[in-house]
Amino acid sequence: MNDFNSTQMGRLQKAPEFFLSREAMTLSRDDRRSFLRRAFVAASGVAAAAAGGRALASEGDPAILKLPTHSTGLGAPVAAKGYGTPSKYEENLQRRESPGLTRVSAASVSFAPLQGFFGIITPSGLHFERHHQGFWDIDPRQHRFMINGLVKTPKVFTMDDLMRMPCVSRMHFIECGANTGMEWGNVAVPTVQYTHGMLSCCEFTGVPLKWLLDDCGIDLKKAKYVLAEGADGSGMTRTINLANALDDVMVAYGMNGEMLRPENGYPLRLVVPGVQGVSWVKYLRRIEVGDMPYAAKDENLHYVDLLPDGALRTYTSIQEVKSVITTPSGGQVLLDKGFYAITGIAWSGRGKIRRVEISTDGGKNWKDARLETPVLDKCLTRFNFNWTWNGSDAILQSRATDSTGHIQPTMTALRAARGTRSTYHNNSIQSWLVSANGEVSNVQLA
Amino acid sequence: MFSLRNCFSVFIAALTTCAAVVNATPSSLGRPATPAEIKAWDIDVRPDFKGLPAGSGSVKLGQEVWEAKCESCHGVFGESNEVFTPIAGGTTKADMTSGRVSGMVLGAKNAAAQRTTLMKLSELSTLWDYINRAMPWNNPKTLTTEEVYAVTAYVLHLGDIVPADFVLSDKNIREVQKTLPNRNGKTRQHGLWNVGDKPDVQGDKCVANCVKATTIGSSLPDYARNAHGNLADQHRLIGAVRGLNTAGAVASNVTANTPKSTSSTPDPLKLAQQHACTACHGVANKLLGPSLTEIHKKYAGTVDVVSVLAAKIKAGGSGVWGAIPMPAQAHVPDADIQAIAAWLAAGKF
Ligand code: HEC
Ligand code: HEC
Repeated sequence: MNDFNSTQMGRLQKAPEFFLSREAMTLSRDDRRSFLRRAFVAASGVAAAAAGGRALASEGDPAILKLPTHSTGLGAPVAAKGYGTPSKYEENLQRRESPGLTRVSAASVSFAPLQGFFGIITPSGLHFERHHQGFWDIDPRQHRFMINGLVKTPKVFTMDDLMRMPCVSRMHFIECGANTGMEWGNVAVPTVQYTHGMLSCCEFTGVPLKWLLDDCGIDLKKAKYVLAEGADGSGMTRTINLANALDDVMVAYGMNGEMLRPENGYPLRLVVPGVQGVSWVKYLRRIEVGDMPYAAKDENLHYVDLLPDGALRTYTSIQEVKSVITTPSGGQVLLDKGFYAITGIAWSGRGKIRRVEISTDGGKNWKDARLETPVLDKCLTRFNFNWTWNGSDAILQSRATDSTGHIQPTMTALRAARGTRSTYHNNSIQSWLVSANGEVSNVQLA
Repeated sequence: MFSLRNCFSVFIAALTTCAAVVNATPSSLGRPATPAEIKAWDIDVRPDFKGLPAGSGSVKLGQEVWEAKCESCHGVFGESNEVFTPIAGGTTKADMTSGRVSGMVLGAKNAAAQRTTLMKLSELSTLWDYINRAMPWNNPKTLTTEEVYAVTAYVLHLGDIVPADFVLSDKNIREVQKTLPNRNGKTRQHGLWNVGDKPDVQGDKCVANCVKATTIGSSLPDYARNAHGNLADQHRLIGAVRGLNTAGAVASNVTANTPKSTSSTPDPLKLAQQHACTACHGVANKLLGPSLTEIHKKYAGTVDVVSVLAAKIKAGGSGVWGAIPMPAQAHVPDADIQAIAAWLAAGKF
């Protein structure tokens, strides 16, 4: 069914080097043969390309026939860049703010360009950002980490101490509790970067918190919660469930094989798998073991989910089963009818992804997508689904099921239970409308 | 269950990580914290007020602190000048009796446009702790204990929760807690705290003929097409799809989607975006602040226009264009401010 060989490949039309307008798309459908020529002519100032278009018709592709300088010249030397950066042609993929979402850039969020990612790992430089009081590049030699509260011996660790300890490396997603929060009431933003981009997934390296708590002699008879506290101006504080703290929570310094980036808490942050990003306290300076939740500002005034009756849900922490198609997705244009690999990501704060289903008809019928390996606990899972677009309107959706049997709900079902003002924890099924002109847009079904 | 499983996995991990570790227990690094160190860092105040330092502060002193250190961002009455989250307002005497803020209910007659801090606050410790650790925003952890008590009292007074002559202290704070308008407004009845909790919303398993008709209930209005900039510039140049060109007129937009100049001179528009100037300033339209075009026009012909604008940007200000202040942009590097100022002066947007 979802098998590449059985899929009729569409007539692949060579994309011009330049962006296609709606008009060009229409032209494409109206008059296929003259499309390329016209599109090239329309892209003024690209005489070479236009010539290329003509050349293509006769001898072949000038990109092949005419050797480029990189084939006939000498390239740059080694270590030209001591720390490599992406190709200049990849400049379009950037972390971006959503205009008007927040008022000041030091208490704001930047969204990761999910539309351009492959696989499950987020490149460190494109990891989403959320700062409450700006970010810092802290001298790791001066950073200290303290454990106190209900322990036999309160202790202080230097980075040297922590990095000398046995460590683990694990891949986990981190999602802001407010991810997709702008969409509770109605469609508000155009692309997957803004609907779902407060999401990243990295390999983290560090010391399991349990080892450190054991080392300090945690009083397991009295302890019920731990408080994590940051060293920056916000002194970010969050209560962590003891069950989590003793399970897979990690005091991490490594991210994707290097140290954490300053934006992500260099040199030390808490990793709380499956739990919303605000709990992954950056610039981690202290863990206090206690016996009641702490009602910190970001668990009493924010990161609280408002219900229709006015009650606020507090300590809503787990990021529930969720998925999204990243291509085709909002703000994209399909170049032609025919074959497309629908691709996307799925995740759950309760465990592993067991299944992802795709609908191309707005939720009428669903078929299994292929899950790519690895499929890990509280980690993004990449899915793919072969699809042939016949050129008419289609509504694409993905629906994930996790290892606990929890199935991703529709927006309608979520609203029925929680209203439209919840802000946080919107894990609804995302709908992308592919219009006949090839334009993909963000829609919600009634 | 948990501890058993974890002990076991620690043991296995220790075995596989490094044999020596098994003998030496995985850590024993670090050193005991001194009492002075714990005192310096253990500043959290819990809902039962454990951790609250002894002391007091008056509404009167609080007003002075507020005017000197808080008002510029949060407004005279905590109404926040539309720039920051509003702090006071939206609570009533009746709420203080019931412990539930009625304006929070969906469709309530007195529903506030924005939910204020005091409407949501259920624990007084939260307010004290947060001001103590994080405010003023640009200079946190600099208030004295008395100032924290005082300005907390002042915020409560702005919400009509304590009288003008009130002195808040560690002795009476529990009594004030009992009058907080939304002290009963929180619930932990949900499935989002423990991994084993039952989710409140379960999806549908249906795989065939699940819905009869699909109707689109919401989509992005046309005028918002380019609210997030040109989407063509936010997508890769190659691959199965392209980004939609949302710049300018919709019909004639075959645009060269080549990357911007890669030379080292910064693109001022990018800088303005990067430093979130564009969150408050549109190029042609007024947002929270005046449009960049208006600013350019106003200062065209001014002597030393670039340094004048640079200084204004760095310091922020209010009253020139209206009541809404512009926060200081001291965190923006000078070179970037200069580049943006020169760009504003040139007016070639
Ligand atoms: C330079 C601007 C600035 C100044 C000055 C400032 N604040 Fe703030 N304040 C902020 C910002 C920004 C936030 C939101 C921080 C975040 O996103 O976590 C905030 C948040 C708060 C909050 C939490 C509101 C809520 O509902 O989340 C309180 C309470 C508060 N400030 C009180 C004060 C007090 C008291 C002072 C003076 C001692 C003060 N602030 C000075 C900018 C400022
Ligand atoms: C939180 C919203 C906000 C942000 C962010 C912001 N501004 Fe402003 N800006 C304003 C407001 C409001 C005014 C009008 C202030 C007034 O009336 O004096 C203003 C005024 C200005 C002025 C005119 C000042 C004058 O005295 O006429 C300039 C220039 C300016 N902003 C540049 C910038 C630049 C550059 C940035 C980014 C580095 C920036 N702004 C960021 C809100 C903002």
